[in-house]
Amino acid sequence: MRFGIVVFPGSNCEQDCYYAAHLIGEQVSYIWHHETNLNGYDCIILPGGFSYGDYLRTGAVAKFSPVMDALVTFAEKGGLVIGICNGFQILLESGLLPGAMLRNKGLKFICKYVNVKVENTSTPFTTKTLRGEVLRIPIAHNEGNYYAEAGVLEDMNKNGQIILRYCDPHGDVTEEWNPNGSIENIAGITNKEGNVLGLMPHPERAMEEILGSEDGRKIFESIVSATSK
Amino acid sequence: MYKAKVYVTLKEGILDPQGAIIGKALDSLGYKNVGNVRVGKFIQLELEGTDKSKLNKQVDEMSHRLLSNPVIESYTFELGEE
Amino acid sequence: MTSEQKIVNSEQAEEHVELVFIHRSLFIRSFMAELYEELGLTKEEYDKIVKILGREPTYVELAMYSVMWSEHCSYKSSKPQLKNFPTTGPAILQGPGENAGIIDIGDGQAIAMKIESHNHPSAIEPYQGAATGVGGILRDIFTMGARPIAVLDPLRFGSLEDDRVKYLFEEVVAGIAGYGNCVGVPTIAGDVYFEECYEGNPLVNVMAVGLVETDKIMHGYASGPGNSVILFGNKTGRDGIGGVSVLASQEFTETAQEKRPSVQVGDPFTEKLLIEVSLELIEKRLLVGLQDLGGAGLTCAACETSSRAETGMEIDIANVIKRETGMEPFETMVSESQERMLGIATPENTKNVLDVCKKWGVDAMVIGKVTDDGALKVYDDGELVGEMPSRSLADEAPVYHRTSAKPDYIKEIQSFDPRSLKTPRDIEKAFMDILTSPNICSKRWVYEQYDHMVQTNTALIPGGDAGVLRIKETQKAIALTVDGNGRYCYLDPYTGSLIAMAEAARNLVATGARPLAITDCLNFGNPEKPHVFWQFTESVRALTEACRVFNTPVVGGNVSFYNEWKKGAVYPTPVVGMLGLIKDIKNMTTIGFKRRDDIVALLGNTMPELGGSEYLKVVRKKVAGRPPAVDLKKEKALQECCLEAIEAGLIKSAHDISEGGLAVILAECCIAGKTGAVINGREDTDMELYEWLFSESQGRIVISFKERSLFLLEKLCSRLRVDLTVLGRVGGENLQIGDKINISVERLKNSWQGALHV
Repeated sequence: MRFGIVVFPGSNCEQDCYYAAHLIGEQVSYIWHHETNLNGYDCIILPGGFSYGDYLRTGAVAKFSPVMDALVTFAEKGGLVIGICNGFQILLESGLLPGAMLRNKGLKFICKYVNVKVENTSTPFTTKTLRGEVLRIPIAHNEGNYYAEAGVLEDMNKNGQIILRYCDPHGDVTEEWNPNGSIENIAGITNKEGNVLGLMPHPERAMEEILGSEDGRKIFESIVSATSK
Repeated sequence: MYKAKVYVTLKEGILDPQGAIIGKALDSLGYKNVGNVRVGKFIQLELEGTDKSKLNKQVDEMSHRLLSNPVIESYTFELGEE
Repeated sequence: MTSEQKIVNSEQAEEHVELVFIHRSLFIRSFMAELYEELGLTKEEYDKIVKILGREPTYVELAMYSVMWSEHCSYKSSKPQLKNFPTTGPAILQGPGENAGIIDIGDGQAIAMKIESHNHPSAIEPYQGAATGVGGILRDIFTMGARPIAVLDPLRFGSLEDDRVKYLFEEVVAGIAGYGNCVGVPTIAGDVYFEECYEGNPLVNVMAVGLVETDKIMHGYASGPGNSVILFGNKTGRDGIGGVSVLASQEFTETAQEKRPSVQVGDPFTEKLLIEVSLELIEKRLLVGLQDLGGAGLTCAACETSSRAETGMEIDIANVIKRETGMEPFETMVSESQERMLGIATPENTKNVLDVCKKWGVDAMVIGKVTDDGALKVYDDGELVGEMPSRSLADEAPVYHRTSAKPDYIKEIQSFDPRSLKTPRDIEKAFMDILTSPNICSKRWVYEQYDHMVQTNTALIPGGDAGVLRIKETQKAIALTVDGNGRYCYLDPYTGSLIAMAEAARNLVATGARPLAITDCLNFGNPEKPHVFWQFTESVRALTEACRVFNTPVVGGNVSFYNEWKKGAVYPTPVVGMLGLIKDIKNMTTIGFKRRDDIVALLGNTMPELGGSEYLKVVRKKVAGRPPAVDLKKEKALQECCLEAIEAGLIKSAHDISEGGLAVILAECCIAGKTGAVINGREDTDMELYEWLFSESQGRIVISFKERSLFLLEKLCSRLRVDLTVLGRVGGENLQIGDKINISVERLKNSWQGALHV
């Protein structure tokens, strides 16, 4: 399969995602944000970083990049899209995913390992995980405080769109283990169709034991498995 | 030339931790009569054009599309001649 | 506004009008005499300029000399001392004199590194001061063709009980985070000390590290007459005008607050683009030379590149893209607007360079060309406004041999004998007080604000002895650390500086790395004061000696003088940034105890050395005595021993002993390993228990290992003449030391991690 990684001015995790795809032995290439043709890709990654410096709002300017129209079409046709951190923020701003991102409740950037519980294992991004499994993956963000209106949230819960929640090491979803104040401890969600995932934790940083965790592999390997069917 | 002053704030009901901290700080400085504090953005635009109603519409559109995120933010603006 | 303030402001306004008038009278001699002083030049320096030019300088020229001959750019007070540093070695590809030093790590790869201070800008506007500090040092790295892979931040502040200090601390950390996180370079290590002496003059040092393929190393040379000079990056504004001469090279006073406009604002987004643009230009081999614009702006970049290449340069400032209107020629030449680069390209490649810039949305403009006459000529829309020999700006600043005198306080302060104090009544309480003191406790509050994992190389995150980055596609890893205890240096600058070196090397060795090279940031007071200069010379003497013993040449660095405020100079604070190489990352060793029943042991010897210790400061509220002694030969033997043991796979954990002493280090080994330990062994000495626990003797490492390794370790230690003392065993939920300390690791962790917050 082939991963495509969109590079916006100010992206800074594109090389990490590239290396992660390379580690699991898949093909991968960069897509400059001016590109409008996404043919030949099985999964598009919107990587983390600070697209356009995040100067107005995270993801606010990137959503107008030429590649975004093509991305909407790609997703509508059922292509897999994964937005990590800033990529998640861009997906929210562009309306591909519901809700919005607020500043962390502590008003500080946070970089650390967190535990996230897998809530839905039937998405193309989570088939290699177990229901309720706790993944240890790092976060690194200033705006990860996810918000959605009550009605939207209810729908998402009903549709199984909430994929990951911050939790303690045993899988208990508690306020104490919520690093950024996000509503219902949400760390990752999909669209209704389940082919667009946005998440704050960085699975590409948790691919090797030497760096502290391999749990991110499960997400990448799920994608590979979903696209090879 | 016209100048637009756009004010973007978090919608009522959405937690504003930055505002909360400022409120607390003002309280500890002795300003006991300060109620709710909300922090927002102020964006100033210089605009070419003479048709005020057209510009009004344009600023409204810009505020909606880019300058604010309608999910969490609301905006107001003033448009005046320089 | 009070009436007094009004008067002050109107006076300033008048002065401003006068200055504008002066700028316009470029060739009028009568003003020059007053101007050079205002620009920080002395009469002798002015006369030297007149002699070089054979005439009176124009205002543009005078402004350019004043910034290039400032202490910050010219090292005029420190040159005679710095020339003693060892700067060469088989692995050193680039020593001092370029934008950064470069060290070979094999396989066609090399590491670029450099440390710099941004102390005064951070005192005035802490967020932007710290942020632009990060930006500046990163540019030094990618200018050499290296991709920045790490930032390290040594920080020094006053006591956190002071509200302004809290503000400075919080904003400096936020500024480093704001910039470093955005550009996507991990901040992997650093240190923070709080001492009253830094209250009005915090130290904000930043070290940056990059990785470069040896055949892609770029230099700051303006070679090839006829080649284009291209300025790219941010537009030029009035940022930091006079920053170099006024901010960095004069004593810092309260009124410096008014100099706020001199502080530059950082734009990390543009910096990130500049990294990509510069590396793409180098990858495509489109550049002959590259230099960043830092202190002294375009002036410095133009004269240094042409001086190094022994060429000349013509610049027309009308072609510089400006952010503001009505900028005077001198303002354009000395502006310190951030995120700008000067590239040199052949005429054939010039368009390609501009195209790459355009692709990334970065402004670029040809502003001049390389010449062959050794002159730097500045034009303003075709009109010549300045002409000087490049060399005279870059390399011919006067050199000063400052007077040095041992200060009186040393004798008195060193005569204090900590052994004259009574035994503390409650050793456990003393231990907890030290463990939770701001200098000792966990700095998690700081480093969690930094993205320390981006680029997916961080094998050892902050909190250990050093930061470790693996090098992708190889077995190698590099270890990095910054060290420098100002308190020790205040008590004895020579010994304190030896300790900075010994500890840096020990930190690296404890992770399994062999030290390769250092970069140094020397933070001192006013060098025109003989006692400050004595501190400086003692410190440099010690660093020089230690570099020779540890085989770690100096590849570059920075001297920051004039760190003074109303209560005098800061502690003399040399900060050592050291690089080490781990040949096989399998051998990387961490501080945490690993397995129940492993043996805990001490490598090295403890002496009753409490001078300058955290114990004295925290428990006895005293800064006095002599700092712990350093025996470089013994230290080197200890480090060899630890490295051999690690490389032979004999030990499971290693943690260097530094501030706080043995008890604190044992606590950290327990917290990191999430296990307790029972310590009942002790060296055979006549020390009291508290002295043994809190002594800060150098040359010690706490290790743990499987019982079956003991025999081989003893053999190794006796061969290298290093003492090995078995202290106890890993296990249980408490840290138990003799019958005096027995605390759960959970409580140690919570106290240690929760102590630092703002």
